[in-house]
Amino acid sequence: MVTVTAPQGATPHLEVRDLTIHYKQFAALENVSLEVRQNEIFGIIGPANAGKTSLLKAINRMDLFDSSMRVEGQILFNGINTRKVRNVYGLRRQIGVVFPLPVGLPLSVYDNVALAPRLAGTKNRSDLDVIVERCLRRAALWDEVKDRLMALGSLLSGGQQQRLTIARALSQEPQMLMLDEFSIAVDPVTTMRIEDVLKELKKEVSIILVTNLVQQARRLADRTAFFLDGKCIETAVTEDLFTGAVQDQRTRDYVEGRFG
Amino acid sequence: MFSATSLNRKNDRNETAVRWLLGGMTGLLVLPVVVILSVLVYKGGPVISFEFLFTTPTKGMTAGGIFPALLGTVLLVICALLASVPFGIAAAIYLSEYAPDNWLTRVINLAIINLAGVPSIVHALFGLGAFVVFFRFGTSILAASLTLAIMTLPVVIVATRESLQSVPHAFREACWNMGATRWQTIRRIILPNAVTGILTGVILEVCRTAGETAPILFTGAAFFLPLLPQSVFDQTMALSLHLFVVSTQVPNMPEGVPYGVALVLIAMVLIMNSLSIALRMYLRGRKKW
Repeated sequence: MVTVTAPQGATPHLEVRDLTIHYKQFAALENVSLEVRQNEIFGIIGPANAGKTSLLKAINRMDLFDSSMRVEGQILFNGINTRKVRNVYGLRRQIGVVFPLPVGLPLSVYDNVALAPRLAGTKNRSDLDVIVERCLRRAALWDEVKDRLMALGSLLSGGQQQRLTIARALSQEPQMLMLDEFSIAVDPVTTMRIEDVLKELKKEVSIILVTNLVQQARRLADRTAFFLDGKCIETAVTEDLFTGAVQDQRTRDYVEGRFG
Repeated sequence: MFSATSLNRKNDRNETAVRWLLGGMTGLLVLPVVVILSVLVYKGGPVISFEFLFTTPTKGMTAGGIFPALLGTVLLVICALLASVPFGIAAAIYLSEYAPDNWLTRVINLAIINLAGVPSIVHALFGLGAFVVFFRFGTSILAASLTLAIMTLPVVIVATRESLQSVPHAFREACWNMGATRWQTIRRIILPNAVTGILTGVILEVCRTAGETAPILFTGAAFFLPLLPQSVFDQTMALSLHLFVVSTQVPNMPEGVPYGVALVLIAMVLIMNSLSIALRMYLRGRKKW
């Protein structure tokens, strides 16, 4: 397998500095620093409660919707400190999110994908038609749903719904895509299709891929971080994690499935 | 191998006993409803006619119809709805979607539940003091319906809040992550999916409002009026009070009249209830998740 490394030296697309997240007294994430480069897939692996999802929430400023969540540290997106950004809605539009369980909003397939452009003020029907078709194609769903765009999105199969959420995330024209264990409720064949989609999308956006499937990280991620108990144990070029060039014994144990 | 042990037999007996006990109690509950309805239909049915529904009472209310009371109840219900629904839904949206989870919110929630427990006669006295006297509305449709509105507000708030809460949280998160504001999320995703529950709550409120007597007694309902109300500042007759009057206050009342009035009142409530159930079934059929 050829190791694909993101271009070195470019400004990081996203930079996390000394990030600590508390829920009330509980520390979900402690002093995490990492960077995501332009057009790379950055994998995050680690067991449950490692703080992976909390990191994604903090990046998208979802702490504003959760009064128990306290975030310290810096997150720079395109070099701008998101902790200080006034227009958080604009920030969130730059970052698309895909959840573990597909969330087909109770709208038609069309309206699901057209929601974000509409929220951003696009009203023209033909403009929306173009966006919807393009996003569904990019998510490899167009051929399956083009004849029933007006059917309810929540009636699609699990795998289709997950691609629908990807199409929806793309409809925001984001610069970055964050996927949180997207394959949990998706069958292996669909997972492979989505993985192919992600490899294509990498050309246009940076991707953070949180996954509990170590092999998925190996297949997709350029670099991978290993999280454990709220700490980022180490970040390395993905292939190094699997060829033994890791610094921490815990990473090796996790990657090789000898954990606990 | 499958022979019953004494424990099995005991569990079996208990199972049968419990089933009959629970079933019997349910049957007993249905009994009063059936009896009330059949007595009303049997005794009040013959009185009901076009004339009974759509003319004014005559001869000291012993003859003629109940039109002023029927109209009055409809007016009171509509005015009470106009006052309580916008406030109730607004408050419920705030409490469910905006309010932070702190002691103040909890106190407000507690207050709403307590408001639902306040006896209606207390609401009546409050209405008398606040709307009739302090705001100088006098005894009028306005004062009476505002009193009813305050009394039924908790029903609307609780029903609305619960139907908002029943919309999965994942929908909100998905929307917020797309850069939607709270209000955009509410308007586009949450309200359209909560509307069934809200409507049900509103209709429940209608039923309650239609039957209430105490809150309108001091605030706007009249014993007898020769003329129909001309504005919201007039007093009005109402079915519930009229029922009380024809049952107890008028000598030589023909036996059928009180039953007829009660039948009309209960029919109104039942029709609204059936509408609510039909609506709920229709909308549940279109449920989207």
